[in-house]
Amino acid sequence: MCLAIPGKVVEIFQENGLLMGHVDYSGTVNKVCLEYVPEIAVGQYTVVHAGFALSVLDEEEAQQSFAAWRELVDAVAAQGTDVFGNPLEK
Amino acid sequence: MKFVDEYRDPALARRLLDQIRQIVTRPWVIMEICGGHTHAIMKNGLDQLLPVQVELVHGPGCPVCVTPVEIIDRAVAIAARPEVIFASFGDMLRVPGSSSSLFMAKSAGADVRMVYSPLEAVTLARQNPDREVVFLAVGFETTAPGNAMALLQAKREGLTNFSLLASHVLVPPAIRALLSSPGNRVQGYLAPGHVCTVMGWREYEPLAEEFRVPIVVTGFEPVDILAGLLMVLRQLEAGRHEVENQYGRSVSREGNQAAQRIVDEVFAVSDKVWRGIGVLPASGLVIRNQFALYDAERKFGVKTISVQESGLCRSGDVLQGLIKPESCPAFGRECTPEHPLGATMVSGEGACAAYFKYHRI
Amino acid sequence: MTTLNPENFSCPLPLTEYETIQLAHGSGGRLSAELVSRFFLPRFGNETLNRLEDQAVVDFSQGRLALTTDSFVVDPLFFPGGDIGDLAINGTVNDVCMSGAAPLYLAAAFIIEEGLPMATLHRVLLSMEKAAKAAGVQIVTGDTKVVNRGCCDKLFITTTGVGRVPQGVNISAANLKCGDKVILSGSIADHGMAILTSREGLSFESRVQSDTASLNGLVEKMLNASPSIHAMRDPTRGGLATTLNEFAASSRVGIVLEESAIPVRPAVRGACEVLGIDPMYVANEGKLVAVVPAEVADKVLAAMRSHPLGREAAVIGEVVGDNQGLVVMRTALGAQRIVDMPVGEQLPRIC
Repeated sequence: MCLAIPGKVVEIFQENGLLMGHVDYSGTVNKVCLEYVPEIAVGQYTVVHAGFALSVLDEEEAQQSFAAWRELVDAVAAQGTDVFGNPLEK
Repeated sequence: MKFVDEYRDPALARRLLDQIRQIVTRPWVIMEICGGHTHAIMKNGLDQLLPVQVELVHGPGCPVCVTPVEIIDRAVAIAARPEVIFASFGDMLRVPGSSSSLFMAKSAGADVRMVYSPLEAVTLARQNPDREVVFLAVGFETTAPGNAMALLQAKREGLTNFSLLASHVLVPPAIRALLSSPGNRVQGYLAPGHVCTVMGWREYEPLAEEFRVPIVVTGFEPVDILAGLLMVLRQLEAGRHEVENQYGRSVSREGNQAAQRIVDEVFAVSDKVWRGIGVLPASGLVIRNQFALYDAERKFGVKTISVQESGLCRSGDVLQGLIKPESCPAFGRECTPEHPLGATMVSGEGACAAYFKYHRI
Repeated sequence: MTTLNPENFSCPLPLTEYETIQLAHGSGGRLSAELVSRFFLPRFGNETLNRLEDQAVVDFSQGRLALTTDSFVVDPLFFPGGDIGDLAINGTVNDVCMSGAAPLYLAAAFIIEEGLPMATLHRVLLSMEKAAKAAGVQIVTGDTKVVNRGCCDKLFITTTGVGRVPQGVNISAANLKCGDKVILSGSIADHGMAILTSREGLSFESRVQSDTASLNGLVEKMLNASPSIHAMRDPTRGGLATTLNEFAASSRVGIVLEESAIPVRPAVRGACEVLGIDPMYVANEGKLVAVVPAEVADKVLAAMRSHPLGREAAVIGEVVGDNQGLVVMRTALGAQRIVDMPVGEQLPRIC
C-alpha cells in the first residue's frame, strides 16, 4: 500500500496558491504538491505518494544507516560471529 | 535510481539473509501489515529465501481490499448520474461491489476518469463548471493528507462542484484488533513505512508495550524488508518488545506534523467497517460537518443499498492472517484475477492476487 | 551566401477550401477525389497507387506470402516519439517481418471523424510517408471514409501488409526447443509509458519517448547471421510477458528469464515506479524478441548489435523443459517468481 517513490526536486513554484514542484525520477519528471514539505530545496530528495511529497529524505541518515548495515554485517562476519556475538557456523 | 537501487543491492540482501539464518533459533510468526510489503516480498521472492522457521503472515494493510462494499456500490450509483464526472485512483476501478464495479459502470456509459493525484480531480472540477466532480478518496494515513488538501483547495477556489466520497482507514486500530483476537498467532510486526512517514511511530509504542510485541517501521525495498525482519527477529530472540525504526531516511518519531494537522482539520476519527473484518472502533476518518458541502455522501443522498458479498469469498480471513490465500477453496477456481470474488484478488497487492501472480510453482 | 538545406523545409499544407474534414470528403465525389489527389497522393505516390484503381495489381513471383492486418486507434494521436501514422506503418511492417518476410506492399484504410483538422491529417500522412520510406515499403492502395462527429475518435487507420517469406525460413511460436536462448533487441516499456505519461490528467511534465520503428532491417541482419531462428515476435499489447507466455503455451515448454538482463531505460523505470506499473506488461513498438538455438545465439546477437535498432540487444533467458507453459523469472536475489499473463490493461496505482 502507499506506493511512494523517492525523486529529486528540480523546480519549485506556486500554482493556484499551492506550493508545487517538479520531481525527477531518473529522467521522468512529475508535477508534485510540496505543501507538506515546505522546507524542501531544489536538489533534495523526497518520497512522493499520489502526487504529494511527504518527507524530505535525509541523505545523511540514509547513508549512515545504509553504511551501518553494511559495516555491521561485514564486521561481524569478519569476526566470525553473528550480530549477537554467537560464532558463525561455516 | 537514488535511494532505491542501493536498497535493492543483491549482495547486501544476501548477507542480511545470512544473518537472519544465523540468529533464528526457533519458529516465529511475523506479520507485515502493509500491502506494499506483501507485494515487494512476493515480487522479490523473499519468502522463498527466508529460513523455514520464519513464517510471514500478510495483514489487512490494503485499503483497496478493506473498502466496504457499500462504498463501491455508492460510487457506482453516483457515477451513473449523467452530470457526474467520477474520478478515482486506478486501484479502485476493478474492485467488485455487490453487482458492479466502476470499470463496468464506465462500460455502461458512466464518465469515470482515472487520476494519479486528488489535485487532478480538483482540476477537473475547475475545468468543468457545469459538471459535478466526485473523487473516491480511499486510503490509509498516507493518502489522507493529499485528499484533505484537495478538499481545502476546492474550498479555497470557491468550487461548488467538487466533493469527496471518502473511505479512510487507520492502521493502529487494526493492529489492536488483530492482537486482541483470540486466534492471533502473530509475534512481531513490520509497520508500514509510508503510513509512518506521515504519522510517525508514537502510536505504536502503547501497542508494543501492552501486547508485548516488537514492531519495526520498515521501508519497501528488499534490503529494507530484510533489515526490518532482522530487527524484529533480533528482538524476538532476545525477548524484547519495542518499536524500532528501520526506515530512518523517511520516518521520524513525530512524523509529518503539517500533514497531520491538515488531516485533523478536514477529517474526524470514527468507527468504521472494514470489508471482510467488520466494524473496528475509531478506525476510520469521516469528513467534518463544516465541510459537508464537499462530502459526496451527504451531497448525493444515495438510498441505502443492500449489500451482497460472495458466500465463497474468504477475504476477511486472509486479511486477518488467519488463512493463506491458497487455503481458500475458491482460490484459483471460482476466484481468479479475471473473475475476482473479493477485493484481495482484485487489488494488485491484495494477498490473494499476489499469491496467484507470483506463487504458482 | 547562405546554403539552403532542403531537409529543413517543412512540407506545406496543401491548399483547400476547408480547414476541417467534411462528410463529403468521404462520399466518393469531387471532394473525395481532391482529398486523395491533394493529400494522399503527394505523400504516398507510386506507380501502382497513382493509377487509382479499386485494387493494386502487383507482380509476385512464387514463394510464400506473409499477410497481416492491424487497426490503429491510439489516443492521443500525437505522442512523444511518434504518432498514429508511425504506428500504422511500423506496426504492420513489423508484423510482416516477424515471419522473416521482407515487407513489400501496404494497403491503408482511413476512418476519419467529421471535423478533424486538415492540418492534423496532413501531419499524420507526413509521418506515414517518412516511415514507409524508412522501411522501404510502398502504399499501393487505400480507402477513406468519413463518419459523423462522435462516431469515431478523431482518426482510425487500418493497414494491411504483405511480404515474401524467404525459402528455408520457418518462424513460429510453436518451434521453441529446450536449450534455445531468448534474445531481446533492446529496452522494454518505452512506447506504453510514452502514451501513459502523455495522457491528460496524469501530471507528467517530461516525456518518455515511444520506440516506434520498422524492424525489417534488423530482421534481415539476423537472418543473414542464421536462418534458423525458431520464433520471433514484436511484443506490443500486453508487453514482453504476454509474448513469452504465448511462446511457452504454443510450444509447450517453460521459459526462464534473468531479471537483471532485461534492459529498461532509467526514465521509463522511473515512470513505471511512480505509477506502480510492471514494465514486463507494457507495450513496445520497436522491439523484438527472438528465440534461437543456443549454438547460433552469439552470432545472432552480434548481428543485432551491429544494427542501430539492436545496439542494446541481450540474451535474457532460455527455454527449459520444466514448468511447461509457464514463464519464470529469476530475480536479482536468486528467488523465482512466475511472470503471468496480464489481466486486462495495467492501471496506475497508488497502493
